[in-house]
Amino acid sequence: MSGSSLELAALTKAYGSTVAVDAIDLKVPANTYCCLLGPSGCGKTSTLRLVAGHETATAGDIIIGPTNVTELPPAQRGTAMMFQSYALFPHLTSADNVAFSLKVRGVPKAERRASAMDMLGLVHMEPYAERLPAQLSGGQQQRVALARALITRPQILLLDEPLSALDPFLRIKVRAELKRLQKELGISFLHVTHSQDEAMALADLVVLMNGGRIEQAGTPREVFNAPRTAFVAQFMGGHNVIATGSGPIAVRADRVKLRRAGEPGRLSGTVRGIEYQGTHLQVTLASPDQSDLTALMNEAEFDAVPLKPGETLAVDWSEQDIHRLNA
Amino acid sequence: MSDRRTAGFYWLAALFALFVLFLYGPMITIFVLSFQGPQGGLTFPMNGVSLHWFSHLWEGLGVVDIWAAFRRSLKLGSIVMVLTVVLSLLAGLAYRKRFPGSNLLFYVVVASLIVPSIVVSLGIGLEFRLVDDAIKSLSDTFGWSFLDGYTTAMGLYTSGLGAQLTWTLPFGLLICFAIFNRFDRRYEEAARDLGATPWQSFAHVVLPIIAPSVVGIGLFGFTLSWDEVARSSQAIGDVNTLPLELTGLTTTVTNPEIYALGTLTTGVSFIVIFTALGLMQMLRRRTARALRAAA
Repeated sequence: MSGSSLELAALTKAYGSTVAVDAIDLKVPANTYCCLLGPSGCGKTSTLRLVAGHETATAGDIIIGPTNVTELPPAQRGTAMMFQSYALFPHLTSADNVAFSLKVRGVPKAERRASAMDMLGLVHMEPYAERLPAQLSGGQQQRVALARALITRPQILLLDEPLSALDPFLRIKVRAELKRLQKELGISFLHVTHSQDEAMALADLVVLMNGGRIEQAGTPREVFNAPRTAFVAQFMGGHNVIATGSGPIAVRADRVKLRRAGEPGRLSGTVRGIEYQGTHLQVTLASPDQSDLTALMNEAEFDAVPLKPGETLAVDWSEQDIHRLNA
Repeated sequence: MSDRRTAGFYWLAALFALFVLFLYGPMITIFVLSFQGPQGGLTFPMNGVSLHWFSHLWEGLGVVDIWAAFRRSLKLGSIVMVLTVVLSLLAGLAYRKRFPGSNLLFYVVVASLIVPSIVVSLGIGLEFRLVDDAIKSLSDTFGWSFLDGYTTAMGLYTSGLGAQLTWTLPFGLLICFAIFNRFDRRYEEAARDLGATPWQSFAHVVLPIIAPSVVGIGLFGFTLSWDEVARSSQAIGDVNTLPLELTGLTTTVTNPEIYALGTLTTGVSFIVIFTALGLMQMLRRRTARALRAAA
């Protein structure tokens, strides 16, 4: 398999007067794990479906490798899609599901069966070749769906919330496998998710969307450490968005310092809640004229100065931890 | 809270028992009385038990050729079944997309269920008579000799078939709405994504998934036709279907032969239903065998 780059140019999708995808531009280099991230209704799934060819673009272009695929049918784009909750054909066995694309192309039975078994081998599902989807667990279904998509030798694999049907433990295991597979195959994965954890763990390129537009695109580190807007800072989590005289700033929760009232601080805050989270403690504070603030403290720090709910504290941070946001 | 059943439970249980009795009582009565002894009459008590009336039936019912009617009904029912399945499936597929006039068409189809059957039947009969008159006057005017023997366009497979379809098609369409409402479109998208043409996607994905419901439409079509009286009554032409013969016989036959006929026709309905269920069971077992072989 060879990877291709993906480029979206002023891509727009409107349903009547509702604009789901609003003239977005994006370049995804070949062999990239790209996550489209955002809250529901932000346009990430519409974008994926536009790339797949299951929606028609209202305006703009989709370019895969050297080819403008905007007007091409799904099967001729060099993409393959893995659907949310997989859409495995319930009346076909795993092997027949995987062999489906070969069957509709008229590949002889023995040959397509052999290819399907190879592909099931890639995802360690050969022993389940004759099972129907209903007889497979969620994780197994996900592997069959993956094999079914990969057998078409796509240049870009499109995944629509591939982990949402799995339980939390399996989710972490499967996402590591997805990442490994992407590197092995050397093709780009375009993965839609609403979980910033998932995106940060997997992506080479995080594309955070909001209201049909791309809010910020970059490596997970860039997006997390240098959020462009308050929305990005809030969505990625771990940040306090604070209004100041010179515009909004973001301060990471683990950089916030809490001191006794009267000691130097930039804001004052009243402790509203303390949550023990194993590796650290999370303190929530209410501060006048601000949204709630969060501070992360390690156990030793906390034990040195135990806090109680209702207590008023000085909240401080150092100059180098201030990150200015676009208004 | 205690697990003891309230008085309401027993009242409702009694009501339900009455309902079941009302539903199956008549059928059971006819069934039992069809085994009446040779000296027995149309009502209880049973005067011995025998297959006498079945053997009578086998020899025919005097002037009425009941077996010819039986075969006609079977054939008409099968044609109605096939047409109902094909047409309502196609209509159901069409309704998955919006098309101009779709609402109007829907109301027209459903109106056919609401208009009293006997009125529909009379209308069809009248319509065919108008056509007949027109053809006859044309042939008289132009002296078409090949139409000399022409009497009527009415018949089992013209007006009769049409009359029954006015009854089965709306049901078929409504069932198709239910089928496609539940159908997950992502299966088709997945098929398209994997390179299937619309026809391949229908043949290899949609049809196999909805197959059990399609068998259901067929069953419905056949059984509705098999015992249809009102709509066929004025539109059947010069030969009768089995239920129409039966209706006629109720006024002329005065022995349990008619019950034997009732038992027999009910039996055919059951055979059709159980054949269909058996078919589904067989398919399921074949899948299970494949699974065992794989395990």
